[in-house]
Amino acid sequence: MTASRLASGGSAIDRSRPIRFSFDGATVQGFAGDTIASALLANDVAVVGRSFKYHRPRGIWGAGVEEPNALVDVSGNRATPNTRATTEPAREGLVAKSVNATPNALADRNAFLDRFARFIPAAFYYKTFMWPDWHIFEPRIRAMAGLGKVDAGWTASGPADQINHHCDVLVVGAGPAGLAAARLAAGASLSVTLVDDQQTPGGSLGHRAGEIDGRPASVWVEETIAALAAGGHLVLPWTTAFGIYDHSLIGLNQRHFDGRPDTLWRVRPRRIVLATGAIERPLPFASNDLPGILSADAALSYLRRHAVLAGRRIVVATNNDSAYEVAEAVAEAGAEVTLVDIRRDGMPATSSKVRLIKGRTPAAARGKLRVEGVTLDDGARLDADCVLVSGGWTPTIHLFCQARGKLAWSEARAAFVPGDAVDGIAVAGAAAGAVSLSDVFAGAEQAVASLSETKAAALRSTGPEATDGIEAAWPRPGSKGRIWIDYQNDVTVKDVELAARENFVSVEHLKRYTTLGMATDQGKTSNLPGLALMAGITGRTVPEVGTTTYRPPFTPVPLSSFAGARAGALMAPVRRLPLERAHRQSGAVFQEYGGWLRPAHYGGAGADADRAIADEARRARQSVALFDGSTLGKIEVIGPKAAEFVDFLYYNTMSTLKPGRCRYGFMLSENGVVFDDGVLVRLDEHRFVVSCSSSHVAAVHARLEEWRQDRFGRGAVYIHNATSEMATLTVSGPNARKLLETLDLDLSLDEADLPHMAIGHGSYAGDEVRIARVSFTGDRSYEISIRADRAEPLWAHLRGAGKAFDAVVIGLEALMILRAEKGFIVIGKDTDGTTLPHDLGSEGPRAKRQTEFVGRRSLYTEEASRGDRLQLVGLAVPQGEAPLPTGAHGIKRSDGRLRSQGFVTSSYESPTLGRPVALGLIERGASRHGETIEIQHLGKLRSATIAAPCAFDPAGDRLHA
Amino acid sequence: MQLFPCPFCGPRDETEFHYGGDAGNVRPDGAEVPIDRWAGYLYLRGNPKGTAREIWVHMSCGEFFVMERDTVTHKVLSSSALGGEHAP
Ligand SMILES: [Zn+2]
Repeated sequence: MTASRLASGGSAIDRSRPIRFSFDGATVQGFAGDTIASALLANDVAVVGRSFKYHRPRGIWGAGVEEPNALVDVSGNRATPNTRATTEPAREGLVAKSVNATPNALADRNAFLDRFARFIPAAFYYKTFMWPDWHIFEPRIRAMAGLGKVDAGWTASGPADQINHHCDVLVVGAGPAGLAAARLAAGASLSVTLVDDQQTPGGSLGHRAGEIDGRPASVWVEETIAALAAGGHLVLPWTTAFGIYDHSLIGLNQRHFDGRPDTLWRVRPRRIVLATGAIERPLPFASNDLPGILSADAALSYLRRHAVLAGRRIVVATNNDSAYEVAEAVAEAGAEVTLVDIRRDGMPATSSKVRLIKGRTPAAARGKLRVEGVTLDDGARLDADCVLVSGGWTPTIHLFCQARGKLAWSEARAAFVPGDAVDGIAVAGAAAGAVSLSDVFAGAEQAVASLSETKAAALRSTGPEATDGIEAAWPRPGSKGRIWIDYQNDVTVKDVELAARENFVSVEHLKRYTTLGMATDQGKTSNLPGLALMAGITGRTVPEVGTTTYRPPFTPVPLSSFAGARAGALMAPVRRLPLERAHRQSGAVFQEYGGWLRPAHYGGAGADADRAIADEARRARQSVALFDGSTLGKIEVIGPKAAEFVDFLYYNTMSTLKPGRCRYGFMLSENGVVFDDGVLVRLDEHRFVVSCSSSHVAAVHARLEEWRQDRFGRGAVYIHNATSEMATLTVSGPNARKLLETLDLDLSLDEADLPHMAIGHGSYAGDEVRIARVSFTGDRSYEISIRADRAEPLWAHLRGAGKAFDAVVIGLEALMILRAEKGFIVIGKDTDGTTLPHDLGSEGPRAKRQTEFVGRRSLYTEEASRGDRLQLVGLAVPQGEAPLPTGAHGIKRSDGRLRSQGFVTSSYESPTLGRPVALGLIERGASRHGETIEIQHLGKLRSATIAAPCAFDPAGDRLHA
Repeated sequence: MQLFPCPFCGPRDETEFHYGGDAGNVRPDGAEVPIDRWAGYLYLRGNPKGTAREIWVHMSCGEFFVMERDTVTHKVLSSSALGGEHAP
């Protein structure tokens, strides 16, 4: 092949703007407007990549999204692996590397694999699973998997934009059908969005002959685009409609080449016109994958748009009329052209510049790294440096099928075309099987007529018209030589025959067994020939074999488009405390806990965290500790049926609670499992506050709402989540009351007025405060709730006044130690998805309650009554030993085997007790206090003694100290 | 991405909603409910092909409602508030 750039012409290129880029290390010259592929072709680069399995040399096949061969990894301001050289614009300084080739496409050192092709048949990979042993092949197969390489060092310049868009009509494809439909829809006063994956609109009008309303096609295209812009309609170039989703959502990916990441458009049009065109198929003959064998239509596109002539001695092989225009054009451009048509009659006329051989089929291509000629079925040998083939046209109906459109087989087109109409979607142009411009325009008019009463002026094709003659030329079983069907995944006629022999005859099995159509091109050129061959082998018709399912995306979409701004800190935004700034100033080290960013400890960055935590936990027991408990849930339940409501929601009876008092209880799921625990506050007769676990607030709120709306009614109860309105500052420890007495909180702290499990109302600096005497540490504690935006002065005041008492600010980690010393549980840590309330020692309501509550019936099942349930216990280790690992299993031996009898749920070193404390869920644990069991972790055995969960101050004296 | 009609807020993106279960799965009360009946309430679902009546919650406004939709075509047939008020 000796391809070259012509001295003049090329509608897409700007010869005044030469550019240079590199391909496989070599410099390539091109012009602005070139694609990587057109520039490589202009520089006569024949081998541009290697096939996936056999590392066969491959050249450029197409000029668009269908390209199976010319894949490149591109780096620079837009790093993309496995991108099609045919759709990637050439840019100054761009670096492109062929895929699947080492060191480069021309001299690939894995090329030897092609000689072993017969030992790597279809489903080779699957067969290694069966025999002799997958592990023999695994390392090599893994090493060879994949094509391009991701540039791990590259990051996008910023998040991708995501745009939601609405319009009356979305037209996909700006070829003749799409432009006509857009123009007609705009004329009918509909708002139009027109998208096309190319830089310039026009589609086939950019390289095929045509005259519209007496004007050259190119003039008509420009006029139409200008009219759309003037009418305020949206025209998006470089934009691919990659998928249709439920309820007419269409995803668009718009490419940019200025360093910006792509833009994702989510469009909800009222109607959709698919004018997505058609893709040319190859012809089946031996070695039809050699570099220098191109799609005829692609060659015409390169000639007209980029002034690149694909060869000097060209054989054009076809089974249809569309290649005649190509043959004439390349002959006109100076090539010596032989046109081989498999048909005997009914073909268009040819000029004297083209030598016509009719009724003959190419049997094989000759050549090694590029095509050198073609041998016909009668043995005739034609020399050629380039072979242009057209095996017919496959309408691009991916989006139609994604929208659940059914296909119909057209014998006349030798292709599937859209069948019954889908609500809200019209298909026009080549995608609907139209060939002549007159038919294309008629289809576009029909598509728009179904959308609007108003009629715009009809369009007329006034030039020569394309004709639609075709004689199917499917791959045939028993053919000689290696005939490629899927270029990218190296699927040949023999592979399809093998699949049929092994009874993988369903089209979905064929795909998976041979990998036909599973490459990055998703079989845009290969699916139909492959299933037509299967039809031939199995004596079925093509529609009887059917197609595989079309799934989005139509072409690859960068993950950055889907991610948008949801990356880094915005991937899952954390909730923040109102006092975060004050905590940071105090040396807090923050961690995420259940979606909240909270101080783990206050030892400062770089401190020994374990020591800092232990120090906080020890000092908290000595005098007084300050803790930010603002994340604690504060959901208000208000209304005439509030008491009845909380009774139903809680395992424990709550309606007997007196106003101003608090009670600890469990919420269960309907399957009886403990869902949350916490303190319920009764503010007055008809008003409660649910204090749920910090990470459960949203779920508890949703659950309350569900029961309120489903069972109690909107007029009976009202629910308000006040969690983030109020900050809660906890003062805990033997000197807690003394510290609070130094503040003027305008309420009595006397035992009689504010006993344990009671609340009081006071004020601080003019703001209302609510003080609850509840304790998660086991020490006398006060939880002071105040407006979140007024919490900082109170916190500062507590810190300042605390100095006199050697107060310590503690983080969540120290609190975890304090509560574990007391045997207080954390739901989801000390419980799991099977834990029932009586497993935690709360037997009373189950035994006595007479009123209905969530999860009630589930507490009396056979499962709930089993004697060997896992129950909450404390676990003590021998003197001097380290804490048990959390998650370690209690082990028992039966029949010489080890069996789990539960596990450690929480485990800490207690600085106050000077020994480890642990909680666990152990079989029958509640009745086994004092028993020593084996604990296993990562193969190591230790022993622990079962004890009551509470290891510190079991009498609870410190609550009142 | 589907559009669901909240009876209170109008058509919104499906990501704003949570599925709440089959409509008409009435809770049997009492500690004496036959265990099969209770198990059916907890675990047995119709999973119909075609029209389904389901409870959904619109998390943006917090309201639970009944939606009828086709599980094959994903077409939404109707939606109404739990008490029947606020029909769309
Ligand atoms: Zn709503």
